[in-house]
Amino acid sequence: MSLATAAAAAEALPSAQRRLLATAGVWIILIAAPFWMPLVGGYTDLGTRVIVLGLAAMSLNFLLGYTGMMSFGHAAYFGLGVYGAGLILKDVTASTPLALVAGTLLGGIAGVVFGRLIARTRGVAFAMITIAFQQILYYVAYKWNGVTGGFDGLRGFVRQPIHLGPLVLNIRSNDLVFYYFVLAIFALAVGAMGLILRSPFGRTLLAVRENQRRARFLGIDVNRHVWLSFSVSAFFIAIAGALYALLNNFADPSSMYYVLSGQFVIMAVMGGMRTFWGPLLGAAVFVVLQNYFSSITLNWLFFVGLLFVLVVMFFPRGLLGIFQRRRAA
Amino acid sequence: MLQLILFNVFNGLIIGAFYVLLALGLSMILNLSNVINFAHGNFLALGGYLAYVLIPYVGFWPSLLIAPLLTAAIGFIIERTMVRRVYGRDPVYSLLLTFGLAFMIEDACRYIWGVNGLPLTTPSSISQPLSSTFFFITAYRLFMVAIVIVVVAGLFAFLRYSRMGMRIRAGVLDLDTVSALGVNVKLLRSLNFAVGIFLAGLAGVLAGGQIGLNPNMGDSLLLPSFIAIIVGGFGSLTGTLAGGLLIGVTSAITAVFYPSAQQAVVYALMILVLLVRPQGLLGEEGLVI
Amino acid sequence: MVEGKPSGRLGRRRILQAGAALGAVGAVQVTSPFIVKALGEVPIKFGYEDPLTGSLSIVAISEIQGAKLAVEEINKKGGIMGRQLVLYVEDSANDVGTGVEKERLLIDKYHCNITFGDVNSGIAYAVAQVATEKGVLHIVPGGHTDPITGKDCTWNVFRICNTTSMDANAISNILIKKYGKRWYFVTPDYAYGHTLQAAFIKDLKAAGGTYEYALLPIAASDFSATLIKAKAFKPNVLLNNMGGLAQIDLMKQFVEFGMEKEMGLGGALYEVEEIVAVPAAAQTGWWDMEWWWNQPGVPHVAEFVAAIKKKYNKIASARHWFGYVAMYSGKLAIEKAKSLKAIDLAHALAGMELPPEVALQPGKVFYRAGDHQLMPNIFAGEVHPPPANNPGNFFTVAEMVSAEKAWPLADTGCHMKYPA
Repeated sequence: MSLATAAAAAEALPSAQRRLLATAGVWIILIAAPFWMPLVGGYTDLGTRVIVLGLAAMSLNFLLGYTGMMSFGHAAYFGLGVYGAGLILKDVTASTPLALVAGTLLGGIAGVVFGRLIARTRGVAFAMITIAFQQILYYVAYKWNGVTGGFDGLRGFVRQPIHLGPLVLNIRSNDLVFYYFVLAIFALAVGAMGLILRSPFGRTLLAVRENQRRARFLGIDVNRHVWLSFSVSAFFIAIAGALYALLNNFADPSSMYYVLSGQFVIMAVMGGMRTFWGPLLGAAVFVVLQNYFSSITLNWLFFVGLLFVLVVMFFPRGLLGIFQRRRAA
Repeated sequence: MLQLILFNVFNGLIIGAFYVLLALGLSMILNLSNVINFAHGNFLALGGYLAYVLIPYVGFWPSLLIAPLLTAAIGFIIERTMVRRVYGRDPVYSLLLTFGLAFMIEDACRYIWGVNGLPLTTPSSISQPLSSTFFFITAYRLFMVAIVIVVVAGLFAFLRYSRMGMRIRAGVLDLDTVSALGVNVKLLRSLNFAVGIFLAGLAGVLAGGQIGLNPNMGDSLLLPSFIAIIVGGFGSLTGTLAGGLLIGVTSAITAVFYPSAQQAVVYALMILVLLVRPQGLLGEEGLVI
Repeated sequence: MVEGKPSGRLGRRRILQAGAALGAVGAVQVTSPFIVKALGEVPIKFGYEDPLTGSLSIVAISEIQGAKLAVEEINKKGGIMGRQLVLYVEDSANDVGTGVEKERLLIDKYHCNITFGDVNSGIAYAVAQVATEKGVLHIVPGGHTDPITGKDCTWNVFRICNTTSMDANAISNILIKKYGKRWYFVTPDYAYGHTLQAAFIKDLKAAGGTYEYALLPIAASDFSATLIKAKAFKPNVLLNNMGGLAQIDLMKQFVEFGMEKEMGLGGALYEVEEIVAVPAAAQTGWWDMEWWWNQPGVPHVAEFVAAIKKKYNKIASARHWFGYVAMYSGKLAIEKAKSLKAIDLAHALAGMELPPEVALQPGKVFYRAGDHQLMPNIFAGEVHPPPANNPGNFFTVAEMVSAEKAWPLADTGCHMKYPA
């Protein structure tokens, strides 16, 4: 009931203030998460997982929700982020910041290259070709035993404490410190994402999403914008991938599998792909449900599938989309 | 060495025949309804399992027809109740829907028939090797190829000469006009979907006889079938046919020289085709979009 | 093919039972902590992740069955130091990433005192690393790859099943003697396959033999291209190193191509769960059993076999035994250490000898202190179609190889270090 009154109160406000209020609410919930989660059966690492996968879903949504291009292959760039970070920690140097940078660059640059190749393609063909690109990387990861560890994955690396002058952030063995570290990176990433979306470039992407033909008549180079959006989105999701490697101290080919891409898409759609925070909410719901169902039934895959179908049939605008529609009405 | 390559080319054609069956169905649904059916591989498994249930009652030969028909009927119902609701919407919805259906069918098969995998008994008359030189061409494999040839020829004849086939082809080019001419487009799409699923179910029975049944038997065939469509060219069934055979053979020849790349090579082939000829081997320029 | 179908149907029923049993565990998870707290007592929690779906599921399910039988027995006799034992089971889906996630779940969410798993060597390897990172005692019941108790051994990790080198060394000479020195390997492309094949090649090279191999994905199902290559090589014996459903599929296609007339079959593991699922023509060759049910005169074995038969209507397999030993090892360690701290448990388990009712075979079976590897007998022998009157008797033991002999500590590369 309090939620309903809060929502009602929020609706009475002008939209700018309302947005500010919502944003503040999101951050309060996230910052306080380690303290309220145990009360509802959660634990710190689960929260970190939600943040990391939430960032991945939001990154995908940059392309999906804000540019209107359907990538079903974003696990490729996420996975490259995972391996990039893991390989640095394992084979090069025990530096967490360097691992993050390397993972981000590896995934992002691959996104720039692949994006260039498919920027002319649209619709379901675009989706299928993104899947196919991803499968190539998946097989490389699977087969290149010497570098990636193949099927067995990349073991033998551990995220390292971060030295900030005299201050040492012990993200290695303190779950709580690691959570806030991830949250800080998340804040930087989504802050940057928000700025890009508010920039003229971001507005142009919306124009591309709404009507490509009209955008073209207005002199917008649509292919170029699709390419740029794809690249930006790949960079962001690679950050999430690098964080994922730190979270698990592990990398394996399933982080590049098309099933994971499908999960990112469902997170975005379930949360609301026309909203900024929707994908984060979708990730939270997905991770918690999976955590719950996979422990109580062997047939959890059925319920995941059912969730997909129900979302498509009954909540196509997603959880936050429902609010949005009500507000618009 | 030459013998080994020859063997593998034959073998690749046999595997390619599977890709063709699966990819043709996928392609038909894609062309007319603009839906990528992620559950296609699971309909394949379902076809195999239905045959497993039917064989003790009606025998292998009738099951070869009845199981795919039943699968098609299930596909028809799913199209009428669910898939049709996403037509005309953002393609993300059709992808997610069929992705979810894929999980549900896979897990349902696992729940009903077990994780272990089951054998599909084929008549002993067709399960012996033909000769010791061509040991890999068992009568069953030849029979499979024969069935695929007959079915594919039948499909093309159906599309070319039957009234419904002509409507489907016309619908691929311009659905609105076909609708304006008084054709029940809704029904046409449902039936087209069912035909595609029929092909998947048939592939399932044939594959089950060769490698047995397990809940995710379609997984390894699904993505290569996507590639067959992309390589052959969107919108062209002949292209899909050629694409399926091409990747089967490419993959088999790679197996001789560099086995590790056996799966990845078809994706490399796809990139090559996209770079040189973005619309695919036999696709038409405008249809890429 | 005649045996194939009924066993498949039984299989289904067994899976459903297993599913129901797992469901029951789920219910326990939700309710038990509250009930037990009311009694002023916290249960001891074991967590077991195993690939209950995917290509290795047939053997993983047996492990969990063996474990559940042990948990039932333990609780019936008053639990561990008066506390009830609760077993949490999670499905790793034969995927390393999922396994790692589930191991974290067992430790972070359920706070398990000891964790177990996985059949898949790659997953076992990775989850052992997670357990080490979290400082939890971890027992690997059925993942064979060498380094887990070899060069990458750690103070908190123990293993029940043999290493790949142990299994290879126990059968290599027999294969050379029975078939010859020209071998073709079909090997899964992951940790288990890599170390197993390397061990075989080492033995074969020492005898001056030649070989070729194919590395395939763990869940491969079409082997026609590989078999064509194998046939062209004209080996004396084909070593089918695949596991679970993949091994079964390879056997079926081998027979379909009529290749059993031209070359022998053999290798390290051809497990009970797999042998019952292949056509009679493929029930052949020389293999290792890591435990075998038919040991006349050895105490307690018959009771165990009967208990498995009664509870699951299955032939007791090495996998049942692994799961069973796993639970008892945890119990024995806790009782000896009188503590739940991982380091105390590790010290208790190192060097511990299993009592006869758990060892279920002749001789001394113990956890070697130097590498934390269980040292049982390896049953090398021949697989054959069973006689009509005894459908479970499809294996004849030719030689009992001692684990010490097959894998001396010096060969392991393990330098065990405990935290101060």
